[in-house]
Amino acid sequence: MSGHATYQPQSGFMKWLERRLPIASLVYSSFIAYPTPRNLNYWWTFGGILTFMLGVQIITGIVLAMHYTPHVDFAFNSVEGIMRDVNYGWLLRYVHANGASFFFLAVYIHMARGMYYGSYKEPREVLWILGVILFLLMVATGFMGYVLPWGQMSFWAATVITNLFSALPGVGDPIVTWLWGGFAVGNPTLNRFYSLHYLLPFVIAGVIVLHVWALHMVGQNNPTGVEAKDEKDTVAFTPYATVKDAFFVGLFCIVYAWFVFYIPNYLGHSDNYIMANPGQTPTHIVPEWYYLPFYAILRAIPNKLAGVCALGGAIVVLAFLPWLDTSRVRSANYRPAYRQCLFIFFAAVIGLGYLGSQEPTGGYVIAARILTVYYFGFFFVILPLLGLFETTKPLPNSISESVLRQGVPLGASAPPPAGAKS
Amino acid sequence: MTAISSAEPTRRDFLYIATATVGAVGAASALVPLIGQMNPDATTIAAGAPVDVDLAPIQPGQIIKVFWRSKPIFIFNRTQNDIKLAQDADWQSFRDPQPDSARVKAGHDQWLVLIGICTHLGCIPLPHQGNYDGWFCPCHGSQYDSSGRIRQGPAPLNLPLPPYQFVSATKIRIGESSPGEA
Repeated sequence: MSGHATYQPQSGFMKWLERRLPIASLVYSSFIAYPTPRNLNYWWTFGGILTFMLGVQIITGIVLAMHYTPHVDFAFNSVEGIMRDVNYGWLLRYVHANGASFFFLAVYIHMARGMYYGSYKEPREVLWILGVILFLLMVATGFMGYVLPWGQMSFWAATVITNLFSALPGVGDPIVTWLWGGFAVGNPTLNRFYSLHYLLPFVIAGVIVLHVWALHMVGQNNPTGVEAKDEKDTVAFTPYATVKDAFFVGLFCIVYAWFVFYIPNYLGHSDNYIMANPGQTPTHIVPEWYYLPFYAILRAIPNKLAGVCALGGAIVVLAFLPWLDTSRVRSANYRPAYRQCLFIFFAAVIGLGYLGSQEPTGGYVIAARILTVYYFGFFFVILPLLGLFETTKPLPNSISESVLRQGVPLGASAPPPAGAKS
Repeated sequence: MTAISSAEPTRRDFLYIATATVGAVGAASALVPLIGQMNPDATTIAAGAPVDVDLAPIQPGQIIKVFWRSKPIFIFNRTQNDIKLAQDADWQSFRDPQPDSARVKAGHDQWLVLIGICTHLGCIPLPHQGNYDGWFCPCHGSQYDSSGRIRQGPAPLNLPLPPYQFVSATKIRIGESSPGEA
């Protein structure tokens, strides 16, 4: 994976700096000369999109914090003040609120890509686990951010989610009181959620550094799942990956901006424009869309403790994916049976998301139970067994063989240059 | 040459062990305030003092809601019919079996006092709804009867009883148990 040109400082100043802080050569080797597989498709641009979204959330979040008041008596009105009185406040808040949704959309696509192409497999287990930790941090950050506007959905989401801990035998109630800082969700809860909501994005940024470090140790996976072997298999990160990432960030932002400017409340819930009322539960409480599949799993199970364990297990099981999948072939492109099961899995998750938004009655509960069984069955039955019994397709010998014919990209109209050898 | 053999503890060994011990004790001690600060503070606890509620204005069949320690407290002035339904129910077969007599104060069958928080995930059940003459939780469909006992849905336990006592025939004090009770 090496062999590309190393950084050579040119100017006198850069030579002086290089001997004292070799940051330019670090950037050069990590983001310019860094070899990336030449066959990466657009599904590989979501890492860049996620980094971009974190930047958007941190910048808009810091600005919103300048106008927000974390107190139960003022929080709701301060958000309304941001919407009506603060210059461009409406824009900043809509960018931040919809930004959370698009952050989660991007992370789900990023995770699905990892599952499809087997990006969690040896030697990328630590890289994958760091990703699961990042997802957990995102879940916590998003949840606490949703509480801050102190609307009805904020308050009752905080109540229901903190009450999940009350399912723990013995220690449950003291833990919940400790989380609240009171006898119910109240001002101390709002204050600490604000503090943590401000902190966690920087923790996420730190873990992203580890995630990228781990990525650069083992190299990127690619659509064939065959490791890059020589220079023919790779291209330099800059310009090839940077331009491709930047182009797709642009496309992603068109959709994002469409939501921000045309349907900014489409993904929200109207009850959150009612100020929090500790004496009145809304008739139908639902979490934000990105938590719905897990919420459906919680409600599918009639026992409280078991439901909470299933909810947590549905996320934690992802960390064990590298060991649950026994197949040595990475990419689903060469695993026909896995590919089918994985598409059913994706459909089941989307189905759970739909069921999570519906009233938990009758057929909806039965459907949620069936999909929950498939969700866990996929990890604990299908994945371990498929690796043993599945007949996989033959893998290409190398990345370049899969995308080049006699040195020319497949589908290119130009004839091979004279003297080119296969 | 000194006579100290290598098996004997040296001053350096002492320094290692002493430093590690002080460090470990110090780190553990620092956790006490850092974790403890998140528990309810003095004003929150003070605001959780007992509250008195006058029962006289509550009409038969009416359920009122008061707050104690930020929790909604339901006070139900039960009619003869409500009481009869609660007492005659086959409570041994319930998920959280309790006779009606264990849920009211002796001699005050008419008054049911409950913490109005669903034992599933903390929503507030709606009064006079559901199939059991009691409460219905809109969040996940738990139903409670006219004694506040769980009869249907995902909640594991009956609606809990707050500590309270009758200070007169028509006044209760919530947050204080009667003498002789735990």
